[in-house]
Amino acid sequence: MEAQTKLLDVKGLRAYFRMGKGALRAVDGVDFGLDYGEALGIVGESGCGKTTSALSICRMLPREGYIAGGEIFVEGIDYARLSDDEIRAHRWKDVSIIFQGAMNAMNPVKRVGFQIAEAIELHEGADRKAAMNRAGDLLELVEIPRDRLSRYPHEFSGGMKQRAMIAMALACGAKLVIGDEPTTALDVMIQAQILDLLERLRRERRMGLILITHDLSILGETCDRIAVMYAGKIVETGTVRDVFDRAAHPYTRRLISCFPRIGGEKVVPEGIDGFPPNLIDPPRGCRFHPRCLEARAACREIEPQTRRLSATHSVACHLAEVKS
Amino acid sequence: MSAPLVSVKDLKVHFEVRGGLFSPQKTVRAVDGVSFDIGRGEILSLVGESGSGKTTTGKAILRLVGATAGEVRFEGEPVSRKNSELHEFRKKAQMIYQDPYQSLNPREYVVDIVAEPLDVNGLVDTAAQREERVKQALAAAGLQPPEDFLYRYPYELSGGQRQRAALASSLILDPAFVVADEPVSMLDASIRTGIVKLMLKQRDERGIAYLFITHDLSLAWLISDRIAIMYLGRIMETGNADVIIRRGLHPYTRALVGIMPVPGVERAGKRNLLAGDIPSAASFIPGCKFASRCPTAQEICRAECPELVEAEPGHSVACHFVKGA
Repeated sequence: MEAQTKLLDVKGLRAYFRMGKGALRAVDGVDFGLDYGEALGIVGESGCGKTTSALSICRMLPREGYIAGGEIFVEGIDYARLSDDEIRAHRWKDVSIIFQGAMNAMNPVKRVGFQIAEAIELHEGADRKAAMNRAGDLLELVEIPRDRLSRYPHEFSGGMKQRAMIAMALACGAKLVIGDEPTTALDVMIQAQILDLLERLRRERRMGLILITHDLSILGETCDRIAVMYAGKIVETGTVRDVFDRAAHPYTRRLISCFPRIGGEKVVPEGIDGFPPNLIDPPRGCRFHPRCLEARAACREIEPQTRRLSATHSVACHLAEVKS
Repeated sequence: MSAPLVSVKDLKVHFEVRGGLFSPQKTVRAVDGVSFDIGRGEILSLVGESGSGKTTTGKAILRLVGATAGEVRFEGEPVSRKNSELHEFRKKAQMIYQDPYQSLNPREYVVDIVAEPLDVNGLVDTAAQREERVKQALAAAGLQPPEDFLYRYPYELSGGQRQRAALASSLILDPAFVVADEPVSMLDASIRTGIVKLMLKQRDERGIAYLFITHDLSLAWLISDRIAIMYLGRIMETGNADVIIRRGLHPYTRALVGIMPVPGVERAGKRNLLAGDIPSAASFIPGCKFASRCPTAQEICRAECPELVEAEPGHSVACHFVKGA
């Protein structure tokens, strides 16, 4: 079964928001997929549609948001077509999500153990004692001593709360876990601990992991593949080596150059002038052209299609085609 | 030799806290004996995890929080403890905060936010003069053309533009020293470098010295002359930025350098992670503050607190197992 069905297969996903002035096209036709045990990094600046993509998969878009088109197959089931009731049976059980600053998402007046156990009871109809037992196992899985079950969230440090949130995300055995900037608010040492933990869980449980971040520097050591998003589109996708060593899209190259390389030359990187565009009325042609230093006439008029550069590497840029 | 611009000696900031109604009073040692100098036009980065006392150190230098003990000298003179005598100092020493979404008054126009230091100090007489100074400051902070920004509210600006407006306000009095508390950590990497460049330019053109507070070691390496590594209220190691990164001696420094993510590099083998969290600053630690997480801690580390000693000229380490020069 697993061999034939991909864990996740997103095709032509469009997710829009209803705004006064029209639809904001936060995600505008993206394709990506994921196998069991694989990790995909989605990277880009704020406002490029990374989080909206993640929320679409879990069907947790805010009230103004809606899926305007495309398919989201998770283990062969198209989540885009499920009703609100139907998706509830899958959320947390098959797909779960860990948010940025999730450590503040816990109920401050309920014990941590109770909060984890509650999810297990609701989803699996387990009794309190069995659920508590499972919650204890989960805490140990994320390297928190079992006796902390009876503690309140404020008695946990930031890193421990984030671990507890990971435990909750795994409580019902989800095969697909999405981390939306799961370490962004944390210290470097805690960030490394959490990434290590996610990596271990992915190996042990053959879990598919989507890691959403604006911090390119953590992707190399955590992910197998990377998708670079800009203005609601995936502009480049490939293995870690494809993206870092053979980046074909000017946006990817600029994004990579924003991060200092320790031990290299001490030059403050160029950065990228301007901002991602307004997605109610995105620019014609390539959406990156107003900020692209290499843009030509065609880039201003014609939207570039995604092209394969190799079996693993695709890019949506007119210039890449010329080069390869 | 002329005196350093800022000289901090054995600075301590302790807070008395009560855990609950009946629990005993505790002392939080946020900053527990910190010393360093900053020269004119120099950038010193203070690097450490949350709760290490970086921000409190910065605020205590500017007298935004009271120091429990120790001395801060500015241009060779002790900084007064009396608020009434701080006026001149405050004109020359400014602060930039981390979160440009919270540090700017949402109900004020940019022109009023940026002009506040002028207004408080009564430095301008006419409205035209005031606007002119603000325009210069905005232009220097890279908000071009400045006229476009004068009568806008903070919510109309992007994160990067807000931080530039905050910078304009901090720089309008032409300070000699700026404490920059994680000024770019809330911003996208693509915008970050613009702000960093701006700060470096101010240093080059006006000789501004910075205490740059950050948890990002690679950024600290990139922009600073020297780095001080802080842990639980004390400085563990300080030295030239390259020396700290390439051949840091303290086990904590080495742990931080070891986990520094490098773009595009896959990790060979397992990371050497420090287990657990930074202990509470409210617990009294008689020995080395890092001993509880140190992979090489011995008996002496738990009993005696090591002093910061020079291992080689300009490079000091607080560790029992690093020999002094």
